[in-house]
Amino acid sequence: MPDRDIYEEKADSTMGFFDKLKGALKKTKDVLKTDVRDIFRAGEILDEAKLKQFEKRLLLTDMGFEATSAIVEELRVKHVGRTVIIDDIWTTVKDKLKSLLKGDGDVRYDPNKPTSPLNLQSDGPTVILVAGVNGVGKTTSIAKLANLLQKDGKSVVLAAGDTFRAAAVEQLTLWSERLGCDIVTKPSGTDPASVAFAGCDLAADKGKDIVIVDTAGRLQTHTNLMVELEKIHRVIGKRIPGAPHESLLVLDATTGQNGVSQASHFSDIVDCTGLVLAKLDGSAKGGVVVSIRQKMGIPVKYVGLGEQIDDLAVFDPDSFVDALVSEEV
Amino acid sequence: MFEGITDNLKNALSFLNRGRLTEASIREGMQKVRQALLEADVNYDVAQDFIDRVTERAIGDDVLKSLSPTQQIIGIVHNELEELMGPVDHSLNIRKGELTILMMCGLQGSGKTTTCGKLARMLKADNKKPFLVAADLQRPAAIEQLRIIGESVGVPVHTEDPAETTPLKVCQNGVKRARAEGADVVILDTAGRLHVDDELMAELEQIDKRVGPHQILLVCDAMTGQDAVNSAKAFNDALEVDGVILTKLDGDTRGGAALSVKAVTGVPIKFIGVGEALDRLEAFHPDRMAGRILGMGDVVTLFEKAQQEMDEDEMLAAQEKMREGKFTLIDFQKQMRSMRKMGSIKDIMKYIPGLGGMADAMSQMGDPEKDLKRIDGIIDSMTLNERENPNRIDRSRRNRIASGAGVDPSEVNALLKQFGEMATMMKRMSGMGTMERMRAVQDMARSASNDPTGHIRMQKQRSRRGPVDVRKAKDDKKKKRKDAKKSRKKNR
Repeated sequence: MPDRDIYEEKADSTMGFFDKLKGALKKTKDVLKTDVRDIFRAGEILDEAKLKQFEKRLLLTDMGFEATSAIVEELRVKHVGRTVIIDDIWTTVKDKLKSLLKGDGDVRYDPNKPTSPLNLQSDGPTVILVAGVNGVGKTTSIAKLANLLQKDGKSVVLAAGDTFRAAAVEQLTLWSERLGCDIVTKPSGTDPASVAFAGCDLAADKGKDIVIVDTAGRLQTHTNLMVELEKIHRVIGKRIPGAPHESLLVLDATTGQNGVSQASHFSDIVDCTGLVLAKLDGSAKGGVVVSIRQKMGIPVKYVGLGEQIDDLAVFDPDSFVDALVSEEV
Repeated sequence: MFEGITDNLKNALSFLNRGRLTEASIREGMQKVRQALLEADVNYDVAQDFIDRVTERAIGDDVLKSLSPTQQIIGIVHNELEELMGPVDHSLNIRKGELTILMMCGLQGSGKTTTCGKLARMLKADNKKPFLVAADLQRPAAIEQLRIIGESVGVPVHTEDPAETTPLKVCQNGVKRARAEGADVVILDTAGRLHVDDELMAELEQIDKRVGPHQILLVCDAMTGQDAVNSAKAFNDALEVDGVILTKLDGDTRGGAALSVKAVTGVPIKFIGVGEALDRLEAFHPDRMAGRILGMGDVVTLFEKAQQEMDEDEMLAAQEKMREGKFTLIDFQKQMRSMRKMGSIKDIMKYIPGLGGMADAMSQMGDPEKDLKRIDGIIDSMTLNERENPNRIDRSRRNRIASGAGVDPSEVNALLKQFGEMATMMKRMSGMGTMERMRAVQDMARSASNDPTGHIRMQKQRSRRGPVDVRKAKDDKKKKRKDAKKSRKKNR
C-alpha cells in the first residue's frame, strides 16, 4: 500500500491507538465488507457505476450525504473516465477526508500524552463537564478518562451529577472505588448543579487537579433538561471562574445523522470543546463525526474502543480515516 | 419525532406542486427523496429499493393521466412507507395459565433496562403479573437500576450477587422463582452487548437454549445510523428475534432505523419508547407512522390517548355546559388538567393534521407548558364563586388573585379576557357540524401563527347598518361638503 512508509515513520507514536483501532475494527470485517479494492481494480476505467458503488460504501459509514457527495465529486473531477490507478484514487479520497476531518485548524494530539487534547489549567482545578444523550456511555467514558488522567499523575474528583436515572450514582461510585479516586454524590433527585458545585468545591479545597462532572443523559430536544444543563454549566463557572475548561460531548459511534443535531444543540448550551466517540468497537464506524467536524468544527478528542477501563485512546484523525475507508489498516 | 424526515420529504416532494409532472421531473424529484431518506439514516439499500418501487409505480401511465397525479404520488409514497414498516403484530403472545418468558436483548445503552420497566408497567396495567429478572451482571449498578424501577412500578425483581453467579443461572433461578410466586410473565433483562462480540452472543444463545424464552425482543436505539441494520441482522441470526422495540423516539431523530429494520430483517417493530418516564411506551402502527412522516397527522392515536386519559362522562358534561354557554373557569381548569395528562401541547399538536408544522414555531415562542402552569395557579387563587362568575372579578379581587398566584395583575386580566373569548367561540362552535368545527380549528391555528399575541380573535362588532364601504363614505362626505359650500355661496 502506498502509505505504508508514512506509517512506519510515525509507527511508534501511533502504535497504541492504531493497534487498538485495528483490533476493534477487525470484527467489522465480516459484517461490513468494506474492502474498496473490490470496486476499484487497476487498469479498469472508472465509470459512474463504480462511483455509485463507492458512494454507497461511504454512506454506510454514516458520514452523511454532504461529506459523501464532496468526496465523490472530488473523485469524479479527478478520476472519472480514466484508468484506475488505485494509489492515486486512495490518495485523493484520504486527503479529502482528512481535510474534512481536520477542518481549518490542523489539530493533532500526541497519542503518547493522553492529556494533550485537554485544556488543563496550571493553577487551580480543571473542570471537565461531560454531557450527552441517554445511553451513549457517558459514565463509562468518565471512568476511562479518570483512569487515563490518574495514570498521568493527576488527582481526580468525580461529581456524580446524574441524579435522575435509577442507580446512575451507584454506577459511578463503583467506578470510583475501583479507580480509588474521590467522588462527590448526593441523593437521587438532588439538583445536579449542586453536585457539580460540591465537586468543584472539594477539588478547590483539597487542591485536586481535575474535576469530572457527570450529567444525566438527555435528549437534545427536551428544552427543560437542556436548561438544567445550562444551569450546571453556569454554576460551575460561579465556583471556579473560567470553568468548565472542557465540555465534552459523548457520542455513540452507532449514531447516525442525528449526531449532528446532538452536537449543535449541546454546543448551543454548553459550548462543546470536543467529542468523545464511544463504542467504536462495534461494526459502526462513527462516520458522523466527519459531518459534525464539517458543519460545526468540533474536534474528536477521545475514542472509546471497548468495555475495559483502558479502552480509551486519544483520537488520531489519520488512522481514523484509514480505518474508515479501508480494511487495510 | 420524525420532524426532520418530514421536513426533508416535504421539500423533496415539493416538485409535485411545480408545473406539469413528467417522467423526467418525477425521476429528478425522487432523487431528492432518496437524499432525504439517506440523511434520515435509512439504510442505503432500503432507500434505493424504496425509490425504485415508488418511481416505477409513479411513472405508470394511469398516474400521470389521472386527474390529480400529485395526490396519487403522495398516496403511493404513503402506501410504500406503510409497506416498509408493516405489517405488525402487537401481541406479546402471553400464554394463558402458563408462564410466559420474554427476553430483552440489544446493544449497550439502547435502553433495555428502562424498557423492561415500561413493559412490566404495561403488563401490570393489563392485569397481568409480571416479574423482572436482572441478568445484566456486566454494567456496574445495572441490577440496582432494575431493582429501583421494579420498586417504582410495583413489580418483584429477582437479583443475585454478580460476583457469584452467571447470567444463565440468574435467568434459570429467576424463572423458577417467578413460577413459584405465581407470576404470568417473566422479563429477562440481559446485559447490553455488541453483536460482533462472539463470546457474549454465545452467552445469549445459551440462555435462549436453556431457558427457552417464548418471545425475544430486540431493543434498538432509534438514533442509530446505517449500522442499525447490521446489529439487528446479527441478533436475529443468533436468536430469531420476535419483535423490535424502538427507543428514544422522543428526540428529533429522523428514525431511518425504523424504516430499515423491518425491511431488512423482517422482524416487526412492536413498540416504541417515546420518553424517559415509565409510561412512555406506545404500540407501533405503521399506517399512522407513515402519516406522521408525511406530515399528515395522526388523529387516531390522539383520539385513543384522549380516551385513555379523559373521563367520558365528564367530557360529555363539559360539552353540554359549553353548548349552554355555562362553561366556567372550573370546567376550563379541569379540561386543561386532563389535556396536560395527554402530553405536552407540542406533542398533541403533532397529531393534528395541519398543525404539526406549527409545533416548531411554538417552541420559539416560549414554553407553553409554563404558561399553562401559571394559568392553573391563577385559577387556583380564585374563590369558587369567582371561578363560576368571572365577571365579578373587579380590581381589588384581581389584585388579590394576582398576589396569591404570584403573577402580575395584568396576567389575570389577560386570562379572563382569553377565557371570555374562548367561551364565546365554544358557544359558536357547538352549533357547527364536525367538518365546520375542524375547519374552524384550522382557521384558528392559521390566524394564531400570524398573530404573535396568540389571542383568539373575535369578530369585530359591526354596526347594524351593515358593512361600511370606506371609499363610498369618503365620496359622500366630499359631496356633502361641496353641496354645503354651494348652498353657502347661493345664500350670500
